[in-house]
Amino acid sequence: MSHFLNTTLVLNAIFFFSLATTLAGALLAVLSARLIRSVCGLAICCLGLSGLYYFLHSPFLALMEILIYIGAVCVTIVFAVMLVEPDEPANDEKRTATLEWGGTTLAVVAGLFWALSRLVLVSTWTNPDAALKQSGSIRAIGLHLLTTYSMAFELISLALLVAIVGALAIARAGRTKP
Amino acid sequence: MTQPLYDDLHIYLLMAALLLVIGIYGLVRRRTLIGMLISGELIFSAASLNLMAFSRFTAQDPAVGQIFVLFIMGLAAAEVAIALSVMLAVYRNYRSVTTKDLAELQG
Repeated sequence: MSHFLNTTLVLNAIFFFSLATTLAGALLAVLSARLIRSVCGLAICCLGLSGLYYFLHSPFLALMEILIYIGAVCVTIVFAVMLVEPDEPANDEKRTATLEWGGTTLAVVAGLFWALSRLVLVSTWTNPDAALKQSGSIRAIGLHLLTTYSMAFELISLALLVAIVGALAIARAGRTKP
Repeated sequence: MTQPLYDDLHIYLLMAALLLVIGIYGLVRRRTLIGMLISGELIFSAASLNLMAFSRFTAQDPAVGQIFVLFIMGLAAAEVAIALSVMLAVYRNYRSVTTKDLAELQG
């Protein structure tokens, strides 16, 4: 049987596309001056992340990432951007101060990344026995959520309820009556 | 035969580290509260990716890591709702969400 395209090549291409999407989205989210563009960057980053989750054998979480992050979190932030001022203010600090603080932050962050990547590459990660390894399918997730983690699941729903009611209370408090 | 790149734990961990440092850089350098919130979301995503990678490659039951990441997403959504309502309250009082203007305690 002859393959029409090399499967590994295609998979690698899709994987690198996901990585590049994640990275580009994150950079756009942090570096762009207009807030609405950074929200779009966050959405693009989450799209790439959902691709990575798919490669980590979890289509369920890939869909949840799109649903929750792009569908809920990004849309909520867009509403907030519409309600408050849309742009970052012009940078009024001195040029030397910008260079100094930006350089310091960049150095610290680069050092942190160097340390973390060294930690990742030096340590040995052990894989469990293939015989003991369980599937992690959607069915298994559902069973866990309804048995072992049912308490945590209910607590999360309670936390979400309290957060929403609290958000309404805080956002309403200073409002004058029409 | 070597394993393909997308079945390698290291690349996911490096990607998560990169997301973390980009998020920290944004958290320090952004000048509005919303920008800082977005950077915080990037840090959340980095933690989630880390947990997912470990649960896929080094855990015996990969479902547990997925459930954990699901919980993180729920808590992140709650956090965003609270943070944005605080921002609206701040904007109503100060007419600004720039971090420089929120200096009442500076004396």
